[in-house]
Amino acid sequence: MTGTDPERPWRDRARRITALWPTMVMGAALWVLLWGDLSWANVLAGVALGALVALAFPLPPIGAAGTLRPGPLAHLVGRFVSDLVVASFQVAWTAVRPGPTPRGGLVPVPLRSTSDLFIATTAGLSSMVPGTVVVDLDRAGSTLRLHVLDLAGSGGPDGVRESVRALEERLLRAFATRADLVRLGLAEPAGGPAATPGKEGQP
Amino acid sequence: MSLVTDAAAAVCLLLGAFFSFSAGVGVVRFDNLFARVHVVAKPQVLGMLLLLTGVALRLQDRSSVTMLVLVAIFQLMTSPVAAHMVGSAGLRTGKVEPEFLEMDDGGR
Repeated sequence: MTGTDPERPWRDRARRITALWPTMVMGAALWVLLWGDLSWANVLAGVALGALVALAFPLPPIGAAGTLRPGPLAHLVGRFVSDLVVASFQVAWTAVRPGPTPRGGLVPVPLRSTSDLFIATTAGLSSMVPGTVVVDLDRAGSTLRLHVLDLAGSGGPDGVRESVRALEERLLRAFATRADLVRLGLAEPAGGPAATPGKEGQP
Repeated sequence: MSLVTDAAAAVCLLLGAFFSFSAGVGVVRFDNLFARVHVVAKPQVLGMLLLLTGVALRLQDRSSVTMLVLVAIFQLMTSPVAAHMVGSAGLRTGKVEPEFLEMDDGGR
């Protein structure tokens, strides 16, 4: 919207279309996967569809992740896969074993991060870790409300809070910028632990 | 080689079928909305992924496998959102028994 040039409207339009390139690349990749055949026709049709979807259904920007650290990312993905398997066995066993439905409850979990991207990703991932499903989300207070299937079996409300915050920490360590990590108390500042140690990290 | 992949495919298909079955059992047996949401969010997803893996191991042809990968990606992307939508709709329309809300002031 900024920098509109009335003399050259085509330049403005061209800039708006080039800003769509991530969606166009995604569209092309999806379309090629869908047809299972890498050809120019498929790539071009995918690019056109990606642009069309982005123009027809515009979404507010969610903000970009800072960086990508391969080691913590592998840790995050590995824990996610093992958590998904463990969670599925737990829930499957709870479903087929004899006896009544276990006592569940709602637990609010305050998160460290205030970025929409990290809150949304934490919410999505925590729907798949053992025993929890996100029911509600307070974006202003960055608080998730989780439902726990078996509250006693998950270590009570404190155990649930602990495990979701550990999940968020793994996510932040994989993607957040160093400045964010320092601000949230997850890393030492570059010049050593000089400035207000541990103040920001208090829950 | 083909014996190994066939055995792996069989294990994946059977486990996937077990998880999908248990998801169905859970939906019928559990007595409240949120417990049912749990079943839809987890064993169902893993069951689906295992079934897709089993099918991919059996078919082993590129265009079908890419299609199966797409199904898996969209399953992982949409299932938590679907679970969340059902749960929050239940909460907002008051379809939740009051005793499930009592833990709610744990964080206050």
